[in-house]
Amino acid sequence: MHDIADALVAAWQLILSGNSTLLGIVSLSLGISLTAVLFASSIGLPLGAALAITRFPGRNAAVVVVNALMGLPPVVVGLVVYLALSRSGPLGSLGLLFTPAAMVIAQVILVTPIVAAVARQIVEDLWREYAELYLFDGVGRCRIICSLLWLGRFSLITAGLAGAGRAVAEVGAILIVGGNIAGVTRTMTTAIALETSRGDLALALGLGIILLALILTINGTTHLAGKAVKRAAP
Amino acid sequence: MTGLLRAVAVGWLLVSAAVPSLAEPPFITVASTTSTEQSGLFGFLLPAFAKETGIEVRVVAVGTGQALKIGERGDCDVVFVHDRPAELAFVERGFGIDRREVMYNDFILVGPASDPAHVDGGTDVVAALRKIADAKTPFVARGDDSGTSKAELRFWKEAGVDPKTIGTGWYRDAGSGMGPTLNTAAAMDGYTLSDRGTWLNFKNRQNLKIVVQGDRRLFNQYGVMLVNPARYPSVKQDLGYKFINWLTSPTGQKTIADYRIGGEQLFFPDAKPATG
Repeated sequence: MHDIADALVAAWQLILSGNSTLLGIVSLSLGISLTAVLFASSIGLPLGAALAITRFPGRNAAVVVVNALMGLPPVVVGLVVYLALSRSGPLGSLGLLFTPAAMVIAQVILVTPIVAAVARQIVEDLWREYAELYLFDGVGRCRIICSLLWLGRFSLITAGLAGAGRAVAEVGAILIVGGNIAGVTRTMTTAIALETSRGDLALALGLGIILLALILTINGTTHLAGKAVKRAAP
Repeated sequence: MTGLLRAVAVGWLLVSAAVPSLAEPPFITVASTTSTEQSGLFGFLLPAFAKETGIEVRVVAVGTGQALKIGERGDCDVVFVHDRPAELAFVERGFGIDRREVMYNDFILVGPASDPAHVDGGTDVVAALRKIADAKTPFVARGDDSGTSKAELRFWKEAGVDPKTIGTGWYRDAGSGMGPTLNTAAAMDGYTLSDRGTWLNFKNRQNLKIVVQGDRRLFNQYGVMLVNPARYPSVKQDLGYKFINWLTSPTGQKTIADYRIGGEQLFFPDAKPATG
């Protein structure tokens, strides 16, 4: 209990101090994760929807693969992205290793399957309901996908949130490709890992509490915004 | 579809904002060890260097083995580590050039205050390890190919003990950095070998204390070298040399000597004047 009290005090002091380092770490964490979710959604949503409404041989296998990729181990993704972006790797000339861009790339790989898998499920349910309508009207596939995604937009927010949760809480991949460089690639989670290894458990847990509060805020805001939009346009 | 395109455009803007642009101050990437980072030395040293030269140093702090690997793949400009044989091999194989010795500190043997192996107060690390092996009290090893790990394995060899073969579970491979290894040792009341800097800056000591120190063999030399620009043209040669020269200059050496925790000096500068 003593440890947790210390952590709460540490968290509170950090927040009150308005520490600029903390602010930088928090905004970097959010910036990287939200950017990754944006990219992942722009790939994952259409991909999931397409998978939901098309029938082709091997489709079941594709669904299983996308679902399984939700469990991609971050460390492995980090390692693969590291090898790809390394100066000795195929994309080395870009010089992206140990930059925030590398971290975004790793997280897009981690988050896209989550968004795609959830979107596939949601759109498939909608498709079952409305398929006849669309087919009767002879609407093109792209139009159907857009229309179904729009129709399911409130449920699809959950897909984005699941992705954001994975991104902002993840440490294995970004630690490898970002290098945890102070002021450049140090995020909430890598900072927590560092403080733990320095034995400053109170500070580490304090940062953890702030991270949890942050995730809660994101989810709360999204929830309220969704409600407001629903009320405005029934 | 336009909404989607807009989302991609916005995302790209965010990424470009996050990616360091060319207008930023010059920087170099240095692969170094957890001991220099976690002891707080870099937090003290690098601002002084940046103030004098305007060059930002981005440190990737890992074990010595991994730091050399990062250099080997051309992913940093400078390597700053502590494992002399491995450093010399690194230069020998053409991955690094111009190795310079910068400073030293020392290793210490840390153990529980109850001292079940009765090694407290000794100054002979090898004898102490032999006693720990005889008593089969828990010993937590780094096991991560770091400079500290390699030093520890050398001491076991000198003691004539192969800890991994006479196992009844007392020799425990943590496979992690110095801090996590100290956390583990504290949790299981085990002995471990640590560098003094990390120990002094370590906050979760619980029952741990220094039991053996002052052995000449515990001397821990740090070296710095440039990643070979002939091999990797991306290496920032001029900026890298500026950092190496500053570290080994009177100003840099004095800054290293000035770093203290609780009045105790952590690193002792020992750079030789540049030849030629």
